Amino acid sequence: MSNSKFTAGVIPEMQRKYIHKLASQGTRVDGRHFDEIRKLEVTKGYIPRAEGSALVNLGNTRVLVGVKIEPGTPFPDTPNMGILTTNAELAPLASPTFEPGPPGEEAIELARVVDRGIREGHAIDLEKLVIEEGEKVWIVFIDIHVLDYDGNLFDASGYGALAALTNAIVPASRYDLGDDFKLPMQHYPVPVTFAKIGNWIVADPNLDEESIASARLTVTTSEEGHINAMQKGLCGTFTYEEVQKVINMSMNIGGKVREVILGDSNVKED
Amino acid sequence: MGMKSDIKLIDDNGLRIDGRLPNQLRPIKMEVGILKRADGSAFVEWGGNKIMAAVYGPHEAYPKHMQEADKAIVRARYSMAPFSVDERKRPGPDRRAIELSKVISEALESVIFVEKYPRTSIDVYIEVLQADAGTRVAGITAASLALADAGIPMKDMIVGCAAGKVDDVVVLDLNKEEDNFGQADVPMAIMPRTKEIALLQMDGDMTYEELTTAMEMAMDAAQKIHEMQVEALKRKYVKEVDKNE
Repeated sequence: MSNSKFTAGVIPEMQRKYIHKLASQGTRVDGRHFDEIRKLEVTKGYIPRAEGSALVNLGNTRVLVGVKIEPGTPFPDTPNMGILTTNAELAPLASPTFEPGPPGEEAIELARVVDRGIREGHAIDLEKLVIEEGEKVWIVFIDIHVLDYDGNLFDASGYGALAALTNAIVPASRYDLGDDFKLPMQHYPVPVTFAKIGNWIVADPNLDEESIASARLTVTTSEEGHINAMQKGLCGTFTYEEVQKVINMSMNIGGKVREVILGDSNVKED
Repeated sequence: MGMKSDIKLIDDNGLRIDGRLPNQLRPIKMEVGILKRADGSAFVEWGGNKIMAAVYGPHEAYPKHMQEADKAIVRARYSMAPFSVDERKRPGPDRRAIELSKVISEALESVIFVEKYPRTSIDVYIEVLQADAGTRVAGITAASLALADAGIPMKDMIVGCAAGKVDDVVVLDLNKEEDNFGQADVPMAIMPRTKEIALLQMDGDMTYEELTTAMEMAMDAAQKIHEMQVEALKRKYVKEVDKNE
């Protein structure tokens, strides 16, 4: 939509020209290469009260993701599977353009794109989350809390969700359902988002870049090099060749990001 | 995607559950100008999908704070009738409909000369009366006909088309069973003249080769669907010219 919350407000024409000029010289406002993401820091277990959590800093964008796990009734069409549900909150403290109230279309799209990556990438082994077939299963709630918005919430939230899941514990003993156990993970899908600025395509756009981008494309890939989810946004277009290029870049960058996300957990858990 | 089942979606002859070849579209019918009150309208029957689209505007955007000083805003609303699916859908927009309305609005805006109508809104209503997989791309195809019927200037007439993967075979235009039990779905909206991609989503599991094959399949089919759109517009407007003579 034209009056998106995901903009910095009016971007002076000078700044637009400046970003374009830099791009023509092969660089960006913060000196990055086109295929270089901002500094990524992942702090797992930031909220011990949650079953799993991760605080993500992607440049100056900060997102906190919490995972809560509770027993509940399975969906009638999937009696032998646990349930995954994802929600996103654009907390008003994160940006002057975010307002309190029920989630708008931006928050809903964000939650659904993160959900699609985790779900279609089969990150969680939902078949291992059955307590009693058709009666009782574990429900995994992923809650995304955006704390500081400096562009590219899709990736920061996707990384936070994956990191929080990898350190989540199913609280079985709390409900007298046996011993606690690690949330069974089987794949690690990672999203990477690109913005089209003029005829250039840049990875992990910051707020300034996002505000003047004509189009956006998020590609989620797995550790096997498969594609699990895509989402194009904004009113511009991509050519077929550009999409091919973006998918390849997403796989390359995704591999490095996956190492960062999984790196900590191996040290921390068990 | 990915509900498990024993249903065989591709038979031993390589044909699909409804007898189609992998790169074959379902039957498509289009009609333009089907609603009296709307500024533009269209009806698309696409396999078992029955979808209506109506355009109102450009008119003054309301509430006022929605107005853009230098262009029109494009507001598409994708909506499914409660009786359009097997299990009754609760009326009103759910999270899926809100997301689809957003990406459809963005895709349609990419072809409209919005700068011609500052401070206005172009409202596009897509009503899914009966759903049979691929509703968003059929809805976009109908919406673009309705925009043309409303006389809104566009640089191209956008076409929606999906491809995907079932039983490890890349196929065009998934039907209901293929959508439910298949492995991947790639809905797209394409500008037929320039082949630019205005909408692109994907869910499921595909290799790079499968995904690019699917995208090429959908882009080729978009050309055929575009020809049907042109024919549908001609059927309405050629007739009207005859009447005036």
